[in-house]
Amino acid sequence: MQIAIASGKGGTGKTTLAVNLAVLLSEKFSGTGQKVLLADLDVEEPNSGLFLKGDLIEEQVNYRMVPDWKEDKCTLCKRCANVCEFNALAFLGISVMIFPELCHSCYACSDLCPEDALPMEKRRMGVTRRYRLNESLEFMESRIDIGVEQATPLIEQTRKYIKENYDDQWMVLLDSPPGTSCPVMEAVKDADLVLLITEPTPFGFHDLKLAMDTMGELGKKYAVVINKYGIGNDEVLHYCEQKQIPVIGKLPHLTEAAVLYSKGKNMVDTLPAIRNEIEKIYSGILKLTEDRA
Amino acid sequence: MKEIVVLSGKGGAGKTSITAAFAALGAKDLVLADCDVDAADMHLLTAPEIQVEEDFYSGKVYEVKTDGCVHCFKCMKVCHFDAVSHIDGEFVIDPMECEGCGYCYQVCPTRTIEMHPRLAGKFYVSNTRFGNTLVHARLGIAADNSGKLVTKVREEAKKMALEQQKKYVLVDASPGIGCPVVASLTGAHFVVMVTEPTVSGLHDLSRVYELIRKLKLKSGCIINKADINPEMAGQIKQFLEENDVPLLAELPYDVRFTEAISQAKTIVEYDQGALREKLVKAWEEVRELTDK
Ligand code: SF4
Ligand code: SF4
Ligand code: SF4
Ligand code: SF4
Repeated sequence: MQIAIASGKGGTGKTTLAVNLAVLLSEKFSGTGQKVLLADLDVEEPNSGLFLKGDLIEEQVNYRMVPDWKEDKCTLCKRCANVCEFNALAFLGISVMIFPELCHSCYACSDLCPEDALPMEKRRMGVTRRYRLNESLEFMESRIDIGVEQATPLIEQTRKYIKENYDDQWMVLLDSPPGTSCPVMEAVKDADLVLLITEPTPFGFHDLKLAMDTMGELGKKYAVVINKYGIGNDEVLHYCEQKQIPVIGKLPHLTEAAVLYSKGKNMVDTLPAIRNEIEKIYSGILKLTEDRA
Repeated sequence: MKEIVVLSGKGGAGKTSITAAFAALGAKDLVLADCDVDAADMHLLTAPEIQVEEDFYSGKVYEVKTDGCVHCFKCMKVCHFDAVSHIDGEFVIDPMECEGCGYCYQVCPTRTIEMHPRLAGKFYVSNTRFGNTLVHARLGIAADNSGKLVTKVREEAKKMALEQQKKYVLVDASPGIGCPVVASLTGAHFVVMVTEPTVSGLHDLSRVYELIRKLKLKSGCIINKADINPEMAGQIKQFLEENDVPLLAELPYDVRFTEAISQAKTIVEYDQGALREKLVKAWEEVRELTDK
């Protein structure tokens, strides 16, 4: 089962929820043969790893394919520049120049070049690392290299990697990138359920509605978790009631929580009020995913 | 005319609250640009009256017309994004998967595939209650946040500032370090980095700073919620010192930030005490450093 944790905007508590849920579940699963994987797909700024320290068990460099111009074969026919929709390739009259950061790896220029002068070659995009924390908890993150502009291809590769390497024994939690555009959509593709985390403020409410639109568009089943419950107002709660969207947890607003977060510590082990809500969230997840089956 | 960009490595650090406070303080001297097009929030605090609303097109989408198709499967074979499927004997392109590369269009022997411009979002120019102009946008669902809409917002804001003879363009950048951020940064005169003293805060700050250094921009930093972790705040200050980045303000963790938002006010309107004072000072310093 895959549960994605997403939010319209960063800073609403995605990482907090993902990390604490992962820790709680690993305690619950201990000795049962069931396991948890927390995968941080926020490849631009993976932060979950600051809260989960374990032994590195695998490190893999990720690549994507970008054309490389072979001067000796090129007849300067200009076809390649005409086919590239992303201006990733410029025809300069006496040469062809490639802008890898703009390339979408569609292969059109390479395949359509009559002289084979643009073979697709590997380019480094980032690294994926897997860590084992204990027999029932693994953590994984992908991190994009500085200067690489597109996050989506790395997320896509990571998503495929998870699909291939983690079977039904695993409960997979995905910490998604913030926002509502391509990277999030790529991250939640395989999720059985998306938890949208928000804050009870006008900002939170506004971003939540955008995130709901996105999930609706993708046909994804989702539920809401309210973070910092107790500040702000009840707008989010009322809206969800009205639209019959399940709110499966309300993490209370605690200054201790902000302090623990700032130190990179989890909360389920020290704050019973948070642990309680995370338990509820887990029951909510089970109920909603059973409904689906 | 100078351009000031407010930026944070990650959402939630208080970037929008701080930008809105500067916008209220700078009021008639500036044009405001909300480049956080993925989740634009500035309008919630500035109550804009929309003057201009335009569709924004970027990139292309492709569609198979059924007439004329000879079922050669070429489109499906060449697509590297699995966007073409063969359903009930017909070829269908899923607009959510299509990257708009046009490879299928190039190889279709019968010209059965059509090309359309892709609606990427909406773009607005508004008047705010501070008596200035806000340029903002909303990215469409499933649209590619490639930075083109951000560029459009910035360009338009600059144009307005020149027309209205304003001193500054104040930009609320999008979070992260991806292409939308690069699009909001290049060519800026001053960058205000907003951070919080958390393990991730320092880590994100150093990544953002790396980008700022690469682009050779002047910058300063505001530490928000500085008191939740004084030790970490100390580490951040050390980082700033080592890199010669001026500390513009240290703001405490204060529920009044949230209260202000809940009442759709900026913090400098809601609070008349120490918070306001710190932000007024920070804004003055930003102006000084920018004009230098
Ligand atoms: S299509 Fe091939 S041969 Fe023609 S200009 Fe491009 S690289 Fe050269
Ligand atoms: S692979 Fe596609 S996007 Fe990349 S340069 Fe070639 S045509 Fe352009
Ligand atoms: S335009 Fe490119 S991505 Fe879209 S369907 Fe055609 S080949 Fe696939
Ligand atoms: S390439 Fe053109 S003719 Fe061939 S299957 Fe696709 S749409 Fe039909």
